[in-house]
Amino acid sequence: MLVAWFLLTTATQLIAPTRFPAPREVWESLRQIALAGYADARLHAHVLHSVALVLMGFVVAVATGVPLGLAMGWSRRVEALINPAFLLIRPIPPLAWIPLAIVWLGLGDAAKVLVIWFAAFVPSVINSYAGVRSLEPHVIEAARVLGIGRWMLVREVLVPGAAPLIFSGLRLSLQACWTTLVAAELIGAAAGLGRVLSQGALDIYPAMILVGMVAVALAGSVMTWALGLLERRAMPWRPA
Amino acid sequence: MKAQFLPTPLAVVQEFARLTREPFVGFTLQTHLLSSLGRFAMGFGLAAAVGIPLGLAMGWFRTLDAIVSPLFDALRFVAPIAWVPFAALWFGTGIGGPVLIIFSGAFPPCVINAYRGAKFVEPRLIEAARMLGVGNLRMVGEVLFPAAIPSIVAGLRISAGLGWQSLIGAELIVASSGIGYLMVKGQSNISTAIVMSGMIAIGLVGASIDILLRGLQAKIERHRV
Repeated sequence: MLVAWFLLTTATQLIAPTRFPAPREVWESLRQIALAGYADARLHAHVLHSVALVLMGFVVAVATGVPLGLAMGWSRRVEALINPAFLLIRPIPPLAWIPLAIVWLGLGDAAKVLVIWFAAFVPSVINSYAGVRSLEPHVIEAARVLGIGRWMLVREVLVPGAAPLIFSGLRLSLQACWTTLVAAELIGAAAGLGRVLSQGALDIYPAMILVGMVAVALAGSVMTWALGLLERRAMPWRPA
Repeated sequence: MKAQFLPTPLAVVQEFARLTREPFVGFTLQTHLLSSLGRFAMGFGLAAAVGIPLGLAMGWFRTLDAIVSPLFDALRFVAPIAWVPFAALWFGTGIGGPVLIIFSGAFPPCVINAYRGAKFVEPRLIEAARMLGVGNLRMVGEVLFPAAIPSIVAGLRISAGLGWQSLIGAELIVASSGIGYLMVKGQSNISTAIVMSGMIAIGLVGASIDILLRGLQAKIERHRV
């Protein structure tokens, strides 16, 4: 693949350098952004900025969404109260919230955290709700027969029982968060990988765009991988 | 609460109705939606037309699988939205750019599900077809494809959802018409009612697409049983 890339760009110029960068140019822009900086910051600062925003929104969404989903799965009354609202917002993709968030909170970090929160909140509610519903009733009955208290029931039965579905929801929503953040940063941001991409597009600098894309892909996959590690830690009883 | 922050439901409905009659940033709401749907149909259709045969072929030809899979896995991690700068650079902001972004969102599920469908075909069927002297092409077209249809349709549903979402992202950034563009303009006019009308339209269309495909899925399931 690398050889083909080199041949198409540098050696034969079949693909014009203004369309797709040659390996050498990419290496140089990587050096430039890593050592000198591009779009007001160096590469690690952009990556950290983006990752920090995603984690912030994601953690808050999980902390609010999972308990709500568990409550919806457990109590009919909470379900009747909240489910209709969910059916309405669910088909609206998280990206569509970006303009609203910008109207409300401007182009700063707060709007981005709000959109990321949104991207992760809906799936974490829905999956924890489905997770509780997937529990077999006789497991809960057995726990009851054994005289388990309310808190113990939540901690020892509901959460572990719903955990597989919760985690599969989290994995999906982490990816959605990352996409959403990049989109939000492309629309307007002071720092972050989306800023690198949009600056690269403005400057018509294909090599930098490619570096930005690779950084987006790498940071996204590292986060998904870390979540997978966490998943195995949290559910040691499941075979890997 | 200030109307600029959160308009009343009535105001949003009125704005929605007004947008269907009076053009905003060039077109009425329906025309914006139509141009979005046109782009979506092109990107999604292209993804299905390329992705499904590719996935099936990867499920049959080992060498192709070995060549394409690593490349595909690497590309899959790039969020569709990250293609925006290249899409604009290569194809402009009219139709080509957004279509590339929709394609990059809708393509992976098509390939993956066709591939999985082809991989999990009952070995008995393949052996029977082999014994009857079926060639490679007919094997993919007449044995693997029909057997993989449920998995393919499930993949199409996922890919339609992702494609629609990528379309919105693309239009927020690089388009000059369409429902996403309408929202961006509403946002720069600080008109929350327009933005919310756009969100409603997006939600409705996205839900209708999903319902259509779910209907197709149910039909196929019934047909098979």
